[in-house]
Amino acid sequence: MITFIVRRLLLGLFTVWLISMLAFAIIQLPPGDFVDSYIANLAAGGAAVSADEANAMRKLYGMGQPIYVQYGKWIVRVVVGDFGESMEWRRPVSEVIGDRIWLTLLLSFAALLVTWGLALPIGIFSAVRQYSVADYIFTLVGFIGIAVPNFLLALIILYAAFRYLGLSVGGLFSAEYALAPWTWDKVKDLSWHLPLPAMILALSGTAQLIRIMRANLLDELRKPYVVTARAKGLSELRTVLKYPVRAALNPFASNIAYLFPYLVSGSIIISIVLGLPTVGPLLVRALIAQDVYLGGAIVLLLGVLTVIGTFISDLVLMWVDPRLRHQMD
Amino acid sequence: MVDPILSIRDLHTEFVANEGIIRAVDGVSFDVFQGRTLGVVGESGCGKSVTARSILGIVEKPGRVTGGQILLRPETGGEAVDLLQLGPKAMRAIRGPEIALVFQEPMASFSQYYTIGNQIMEGIRLHLKLSARAARDRAIELLDMVGVPQPARRVDEYPFQLSGGLRQRVMIAMALACDPRVLIADEPTTALDVTTQAQILDLLRELQQKQGLALILITHDMGVIAEMAHDVAVMYLGRAVETGPVSEIFTAPKHPYTRALLRSIPTVMAKPRTRLPTIEGSIPHPSNRPAGCAYNPRCLELIDDLCRVQEPPETGMAGRRIRCFLHGGRP
Amino acid sequence: MFGMFKSRPQLSQAERFAQATQLQLTWWRFRKHRVAMVSGVIVALFYLVALSADFLATTDPHATDSRTSYIAPQPVHFFEDDGSFRPYVNGLKGVRDPKTFKIVYTPDPQRHVQVDFLAPGYPYTFLGISMTTHLFALRNPERGDGIFILGTDQLGRDIWSRLMVATRVSLTIGLVGVSISLFLGVLLGGVSAFYGGMVDTVIQRVIEVIRSMPTIPLWLGLAAALPNDWSVTQVYFSITVIISLLAWTDLARVVRGKFLALREEEFVMAAELAGASSGRIIFRHMLPSFLSHIIAAVSLALPAMIISETSLSFLGLGLRPPAISWGILLQDAQSIQSLALAPWLLSAAVPVILVILAFNFLGDGLRDAADPYG
Repeated sequence: MITFIVRRLLLGLFTVWLISMLAFAIIQLPPGDFVDSYIANLAAGGAAVSADEANAMRKLYGMGQPIYVQYGKWIVRVVVGDFGESMEWRRPVSEVIGDRIWLTLLLSFAALLVTWGLALPIGIFSAVRQYSVADYIFTLVGFIGIAVPNFLLALIILYAAFRYLGLSVGGLFSAEYALAPWTWDKVKDLSWHLPLPAMILALSGTAQLIRIMRANLLDELRKPYVVTARAKGLSELRTVLKYPVRAALNPFASNIAYLFPYLVSGSIIISIVLGLPTVGPLLVRALIAQDVYLGGAIVLLLGVLTVIGTFISDLVLMWVDPRLRHQMD
Repeated sequence: MVDPILSIRDLHTEFVANEGIIRAVDGVSFDVFQGRTLGVVGESGCGKSVTARSILGIVEKPGRVTGGQILLRPETGGEAVDLLQLGPKAMRAIRGPEIALVFQEPMASFSQYYTIGNQIMEGIRLHLKLSARAARDRAIELLDMVGVPQPARRVDEYPFQLSGGLRQRVMIAMALACDPRVLIADEPTTALDVTTQAQILDLLRELQQKQGLALILITHDMGVIAEMAHDVAVMYLGRAVETGPVSEIFTAPKHPYTRALLRSIPTVMAKPRTRLPTIEGSIPHPSNRPAGCAYNPRCLELIDDLCRVQEPPETGMAGRRIRCFLHGGRP
Repeated sequence: MFGMFKSRPQLSQAERFAQATQLQLTWWRFRKHRVAMVSGVIVALFYLVALSADFLATTDPHATDSRTSYIAPQPVHFFEDDGSFRPYVNGLKGVRDPKTFKIVYTPDPQRHVQVDFLAPGYPYTFLGISMTTHLFALRNPERGDGIFILGTDQLGRDIWSRLMVATRVSLTIGLVGVSISLFLGVLLGGVSAFYGGMVDTVIQRVIEVIRSMPTIPLWLGLAAALPNDWSVTQVYFSITVIISLLAWTDLARVVRGKFLALREEEFVMAAELAGASSGRIIFRHMLPSFLSHIIAAVSLALPAMIISETSLSFLGLGLRPPAISWGILLQDAQSIQSLALAPWLLSAAVPVILVILAFNFLGDGLRDAADPYG
């Protein structure tokens, strides 16, 4: 059990390290260095920077030194929370990102809950009532969920709401709360706006998990221990819920671990369509404008938070599987 | 003669498959008595396990019981109840406290996600309405009774932590949890090694004597029947072709199939380097049932124009019945 | 003695079954899946469109014209007013807007421009041959006339024609991407299963790491790092490589799993005991029996590739104009303002959904056929 946790933790750290390298690569890859673009940026705004100043800045950011030294310096600054400065916004990256990273996580987590909440009962129902009308309907909806990329779904809903209901469904806040400081009312406002984007984001994952749950449960329902439970005189409902569903939950739970990164990914793209104040629009804009420190920081943060999310779901998986708990000792 | 606890009368169970309707159990009849062991024997696919499941009403879809009677005599005496007429709820009350089942594969028959204690206690709490603590005490007591060492510790372990033999003991403890009057053991030793097989059979015999159980022992092994059973029902393609007390079946088998089965038991008395006799041919698929007597393609003594055309009726007297034209029923 | 070979006996159903290869068996089972068969036909039609995109296009997909900005979809009329069969579309006429004094172009019901089948249109190259023949073309069009069955975009380009060309780009990017992923997946999955031990552990950990990363931010980051001055072709291949780099893991898992399962099979054991070399065992005995699984996995990987490209291009970080792909077409539909003005901009959504659905049904059918018990 301890070895399992340690192994997962090491793997997580390795992933974080890999993501940090990629984030750094994103910062380094564009031609010229950051100071060049910074100076160009300032010059475009009418301010001049002397060669001395430029060199001082280069020294400060460790430029001109070997790449691993630069990486080291960057990482050290990142660890203490200094992500550098956004060129486009002329403010520290951490300030620009602000609440947006938490809203991204909130949206992804809400989508995760929706996925669980829908996929589990529907999957069980479809398996127990295999080939019923409802099973066919869910299968069809499931296929549509898989086939419609979530940004397209968002676009279609956006258009349909506008065209037929005259509504504008974007955003996570009403206009009056968008820039307001956090209050209880703002939270309430958020909870009104959250479900629609969370459901849009959750659809394709839900569709896939329904299929996984249904297939697993159909396998499990054929196993001898189900007969044992019936032979004990348990009711059908109790038999199904206590035994095969429990067993089918396991592969289901391990898929959850991969679901979280998938949802975080999806949140980026639907945020742009629906105009949600997550890091998505910020990231795309930063990347297009080559605002490298902002872009790199968002990639790094998303990566690290995803790894943490995956690690937590691994722990949950271990907690629910007695074989993992006992055989790892 | 005492009345049987359980009487199976002309039981039919069918499965709907692509090939058509498969009659897995096609008119089985036998009686089970208190304190006695009925051995149900036959080759694989003859409908032994489906019979066991039919008795408990747990035949899985697409199978269903289509006819016959399963008569259970109440503990207090009086008129026997036909289990096939009971509703689902009343039937659930039979499973466990009246009739219990021990399965062939102890590993697959337990869920790996709950402790064995949890799985034993479930039936106890449901049927005997005991508190969690009392049920746990009873589970430990049961484990002790079936010879599981350190029962108080084992009760909290998971099935995958036990050996095959121990698992089958736990399975028996689970079946006995609610003091059933009839215990059906479906090939209880097939998945075990030889020494463990002997131990499990000893345990079953001991428990049966101690508790006065009526035991239905399903097996394909004539040796196990000889060792354990008082009465025998020989099954072929969904029917009991010969039933009777074990002493008579072994000394004076009547049906050609029973005789062939008995010939195929290896004995230490046999002459070295002789071939063990086997039954010619193989069991036809139930969807492909031969006309007339189902055994006719393999029978060495068949009456040509009769056995291929007509089915032999069940003849004989109580406790000794047979389906074969050689022994009566000829038109 | 020789007579035995003279006439080939008619094989019974059972014998045919026993002699069939794994692929044949898969094919027989697959034919019974009606939905999957229909999906297979749809996929084939899509690739046919991809092949003959320019032939099916009616107007140069890159040609812009401010007169034809945001023209709503125009029907093709098949019968002239006198009832004779002579397909035509309405030409455009300029009307001065009374408020803005700008000239606005709208269809003129009075002017009929005749549509010809297999007639010359804008020039293109097909398999290296210069051609001008199109399935449909206008006879003597005036400036601004066109067959706008799906309408036009802001720059006045015909959406139908753009959709045809986009189909080619989006579908081939899927194919190229899957080829790269397949190569990586089979290589790494096979190596992982064949060597086992440390190699296996390392490859498996790498797969887990890749699977636990959020892909879109990484794709975006890498795609954004592509130099601005690269040509359309360079960007096309780089995007394909970026997508495949993160997409090979599923294929590798399928290959490894099947490989390990097969190694335990008796016929592989038998071949080993017979002294066959490991190369012979892999290519002669094992590969044929999991080829059908790979085909199934590929047809499930293709839609994922197509979604990836479409998403990236949609965000403006994938292919760049003047390249045309489904994602680039949908990019025009990104804002609710343009959607409200020209809802036909969403028409690229139809082929996206259709092809992904078809690939999924096809892949499912293939997987069931390849492994009826799995």
